[in-house]
Amino acid sequence: MSLGSVPLKYKISIDRDQCMKCMRCVDNCSYGVYRIEDDKIIIDSRKCTACHRCISMCPRDAIMLQERPVDYRSHPLWTTEAREDVINQARSGKIILSGMGNAVDYPIIFDRLVLDACQVTNPSIDPLREPMELRTYIGKKPEKLDFTMKDGDVELNTKLAPNLKLDTPIMIGHMSYGAISLNAQLSLAKAVAKTGTFMGTGEGGMHEAIYPYQDHSIVQIASGRFGVDIDYLERGAAIEIKVGQGAKPGIGGHLPGEKVCADVSCTRMIPLGSDAISPAPHHDIYSIEDLAQLVRSLKEATNWEKPVFVKIAAVHNVAAIAAGIARSSADAVVIDGFKGGTGAAPKVFRDNVGIPIEAAIAAVDQKLNDQGIRNEVSIIASGGLRNSADLAKSIALGADAVYIGTASLIALGCRVCGSCYRGLCPWGIATQRPELVERIDSDVGSENVANLIRGWTLELSELMGAAGLNSIESLRGNRERLRGYMLDEGLLDVLKIESVGA
Amino acid sequence: MCGIIGVIDRTMARMDGSSIKKALSLMDERGSGEGAGYVAYGIYPDYSDCYAIHVFFDNLLEPKTNVDRILQKWGRIVYQEEIPTYEQPNLKREHIPWRYFFKPYTDLMVGTTNPDDDNVKRLVMTINSTVEGALVFSSGINLGVFKASGWPEDVANFYRIEDYKGYIWLAHNRYPTNTSGWWGGAHPFNLLDWSVVHNGEITSYGTNRRYVESHGYQCTMSTDTEVVAYLFDLIGRRHGLPSDMVVEALAPPFWDEIDEMPEKQEEFMRALRLTYGPALMNGPFAIVIATKDGIVGFTDRIKLRPLVVGENDSKLYISSEEAAIRIMDPDVERIYMPRAGEPVIGRVTQ
Ligand code: SF4
Ligand code: SF4
Repeated sequence: MSLGSVPLKYKISIDRDQCMKCMRCVDNCSYGVYRIEDDKIIIDSRKCTACHRCISMCPRDAIMLQERPVDYRSHPLWTTEAREDVINQARSGKIILSGMGNAVDYPIIFDRLVLDACQVTNPSIDPLREPMELRTYIGKKPEKLDFTMKDGDVELNTKLAPNLKLDTPIMIGHMSYGAISLNAQLSLAKAVAKTGTFMGTGEGGMHEAIYPYQDHSIVQIASGRFGVDIDYLERGAAIEIKVGQGAKPGIGGHLPGEKVCADVSCTRMIPLGSDAISPAPHHDIYSIEDLAQLVRSLKEATNWEKPVFVKIAAVHNVAAIAAGIARSSADAVVIDGFKGGTGAAPKVFRDNVGIPIEAAIAAVDQKLNDQGIRNEVSIIASGGLRNSADLAKSIALGADAVYIGTASLIALGCRVCGSCYRGLCPWGIATQRPELVERIDSDVGSENVANLIRGWTLELSELMGAAGLNSIESLRGNRERLRGYMLDEGLLDVLKIESVGA
Repeated sequence: MCGIIGVIDRTMARMDGSSIKKALSLMDERGSGEGAGYVAYGIYPDYSDCYAIHVFFDNLLEPKTNVDRILQKWGRIVYQEEIPTYEQPNLKREHIPWRYFFKPYTDLMVGTTNPDDDNVKRLVMTINSTVEGALVFSSGINLGVFKASGWPEDVANFYRIEDYKGYIWLAHNRYPTNTSGWWGGAHPFNLLDWSVVHNGEITSYGTNRRYVESHGYQCTMSTDTEVVAYLFDLIGRRHGLPSDMVVEALAPPFWDEIDEMPEKQEEFMRALRLTYGPALMNGPFAIVIATKDGIVGFTDRIKLRPLVVGENDSKLYISSEEAAIRIMDPDVERIYMPRAGEPVIGRVTQ
């Protein structure tokens, strides 16, 4: 072993005076950090992922976790991570996998956008006393109304295309059964049903347990076409074609065979224990015309009763692609920014490919507006939204609604340890091991997720009221209500906003 | 702040501008001397088949040559002159107001249902966004806007407003809070037949502006009100919605109310709101809009700005203040306040 080993990332220690030897840490750590030898708890810190499961379960607050207790000679270019990645690849010759979202310290544009509030001449609105309308319809809208007047009565000739009616512009993004556990998915499904919104099934098909919440589900079709049949399409309230994903633009998906248990294999319609591989492209989509054909065949198959979305990763020419999608009969374009999470992605993709969602929303919104079709198609934004301010800013930049992913998992216990791809998630989220999955009670979990949606919704109403707005339509694309703080001119121009003080 | 007043004589009997000047001056507390203006319909009977194009020129050299050239390319200038003005001690003359009577070449704009209007609309946008030192501030047939930075009485005397006779008048006394007071920023804002006076602020301006811009309008006056004229032109003229329906698109009922409506009406309102979501106006406002067929007044959906209506026989008045109506017409009979978002409409009867 010429390379030896790299230092451990985290160090776990137990305050032995505090410890009552209840052994909860041993039971809770699915990564095998703790074991018992001669009635003594032995710690193997090297295995720790900093998932905090043991710490949150310890009744005595006896566990301490430190990050990176050993350091290398400091070097501005050859960071610890850079060195360790080289060492690991020199050893393995493989692609480095990672979970969750982009972990590079790029500046966060959201944090350099500030919202507006009214003073004096323009009264702010108090959402506790005045109506505040967050209801959002996702889907195709007509360019103009066609009607005839008959003896003073209006006869509407325009027939509205099917739209999803959201009580709040927050939806939960696509996380497949397989990538996450059934109890996790069930928690999300119950939460969206409670809050009048929708969740994505991901590309893993729809498990029977989700059927009662199917009216709040958007079924996804990815290049692997797992679990797709007419029954699946008919169950969804809407259908989403996934072309790309923010965490890994330009590549397909991979669910390792270990995660394909009997139930997953049945839901995905693939053999037990087989790797579920989504190819990089859809093998029937090589142009906008091909995409349009798929969009229309899905609509045809479901009687033109369901909106069809197309999801792409935010990339450099996202605006032009989105404009093509808008003209492909799709009802909504979903843009996933490069801070979006995932179960597993090559680290090099997660951290280096794609563009931030803020710029992507603005560019897409502007392009569709320039083409005079912005209101005819919806924009759903996702990828790294952390709070209601990110939500409000996304809408002001031009989104109709957002998908949240990681935030909803954090509401289920996830501590963003980034080890989802290993299938050992101690919180029962990104795992299929029955003993871990059962750690989530979907009723409790759904209440936490629903609370998160409710909390953001309340905050969004307050932010809107402060800006003198009482309907979400008037926040959408309202760049006037945003200012850029310490952003360069080029970016201000892409975002089409003015600087603070202007 | 800001004071607005509008009047229509539904029989199209023409009134001179003296009484509206008095009414507007009464609301001086609502202004700051930084902008006032008037619009009257029916003032150019001798040119009733021409578009009356009012332009502010910074000078009569290059800007005017350019405007002449653009107009001559797209139509015929039937007559033109400087708008007569009379020096006022308290009003600084910043621009030269000019008027053209113009007939567009109909065959140059094909494929639309009202090519002349589309032609003139495009000319206004082109001149305002490309010709430096020129600003078209009025472009309708048989109507004219007169505005400047100053107090209502000074602006009225500057243009000698009482010399004009119209069957509809709107007037505005400005208290700018958002943008600087300049001649172009004074109300009324006009495009073709549409003229708008507005008290308030439009918090949805960013969204509304993008929407009209995506349909070929360019906002050049650096103020939120011009967008209202464009919204009416887009939805009212080009999409063919009657004025009361345009008001329903701009200040729609709340979803809770829509949900309670009878099925057919609910379906219509939902379609209207989905189609015209980006046109929905937010913020505190009271607005009066005029076209050649009538006037419409309405407020925002929670009525954060005052609006009073008065009626006397064939005349209908809409204003920020009852006193303004009463000074214009001491015999006014019915005075009431419309509900939030509810349009008050006065139509000519012939
Ligand atoms: S992996 Fe998680 S449960 Fe295990 S020791 Fe580390 S923090 Fe605790
Ligand atoms: S959970 Fe805490 S108290 Fe229990 S054995 Fe582990 S360290 Fe000790």
